[in-house]
Amino acid sequence: MIERVTILGRRGCELLEALGRAGVFLFLSAVGIPSREGWYLWLRQMHFVGVLSLAIVLVSGLFIGMVLALQGYTLLVDFGAEQALGQMVALSLLRELAPVVAALLFAGRAGSALTAEIGLMKATEQLTSMEMIGVDPLRRVVAPRLWAGFVALPLLTIGFSVVGVYGGYLVGVEWLGVFEGSYWGNMQASVDFIGDVGNGMVKSLVFALVVTWIAVFQGYDLIPTSEGISRATTRTVVYSSLAVLGLDFVLTAVMFGGLN
Amino acid sequence: MKRSKMMELGVGLFMLAGVLGLVFLGLRVSGLTFTAPADTFRLEANFANIGSLKPRARVTMAGVTVGRVAAIELDTDWYDARVVLELDSELEGRLSRDTTAAILTAGLLGEQYIGLSVGGDPETLADGDTIRDTQSAVVLEELIQQFVSNMVSD
Repeated sequence: MIERVTILGRRGCELLEALGRAGVFLFLSAVGIPSREGWYLWLRQMHFVGVLSLAIVLVSGLFIGMVLALQGYTLLVDFGAEQALGQMVALSLLRELAPVVAALLFAGRAGSALTAEIGLMKATEQLTSMEMIGVDPLRRVVAPRLWAGFVALPLLTIGFSVVGVYGGYLVGVEWLGVFEGSYWGNMQASVDFIGDVGNGMVKSLVFALVVTWIAVFQGYDLIPTSEGISRATTRTVVYSSLAVLGLDFVLTAVMFGGLN
Repeated sequence: MKRSKMMELGVGLFMLAGVLGLVFLGLRVSGLTFTAPADTFRLEANFANIGSLKPRARVTMAGVTVGRVAAIELDTDWYDARVVLELDSELEGRLSRDTTAAILTAGLLGEQYIGLSVGGDPETLADGDTIRDTQSAVVLEELIQQFVSNMVSD
């Protein structure tokens, strides 16, 4: 019995230690003025985590918007309210689906790659060698990836929303015959720029920070073996998905919970 | 060097597309317009019961949207609801003093909005005036209650 409690206590201490390490790690790598070379490193990471993630994010956004319109139409048409389709598609995309799904895809597409890359650098002692020649691996390796993720995910989320709204338009208006004016009109009447688009962006910024932070920290903190890398990559995807979904509930409760 | 230029171009296009997307979300999806907020004037109207009218609901005239509900609060002098309406400034000085405001429902289960209809008074409503003649929201329970009590008294 006492042994169980001891194990629990040890786990708790380890968790707190890991959180503390992750916090210090985030502070050390994210804070600071980038050099000219740092900008270039950031640019390369933007290309990798942002531009190359565009395809999967945009295609998913298109299909999710189309499916939303299809399902929403079959439900709304029973009440003769299919004019509210645009409103439904836009609000569910902007408030929930775009930030969450884009963050999940981002965790799978870019987060796991970041972890594996940094993990392999650690396993092959590249990080230690950098320290040996006086280059701070936090500034050189981690910071550009952290900032690139932080900037890229909100941009990807915007792309997801835009393409999703267009997908809803394709299915709702072009295929199912909802009147075009009421699709856009009801959307514009009910979507608030600050309240809906703005809050969606805030969500996306939070998710970007959390997902990238988890990814680079898992890579930096792993046990440098091939098994350690595979475990850390899995952990990145699992932890960031859970964190995104959990945080999404909290953020929604704070942002839209008081909405009547 | 050639490859890095292409990469820079790609990242630049990506960020540009993000900004353009945000503009699209602002203009097309949430219907932002660049009209100054000073283009409206305010009227007040007291209702005995507003039903489920909410702030930002439409204010219409002959079915055309001419403004929005800016605020709803309880008037503690009369214990009824004071609704502040924000109307297009082109209507300022054109609504007669006996304009009526009614809370209407779009469809059977739709959202509630305010319908204005002008009267014949030569004097007009100015900014901050109160619409006297109002018609409350139809509450279904009250309607049924009236109907039942009428049946009983017959």
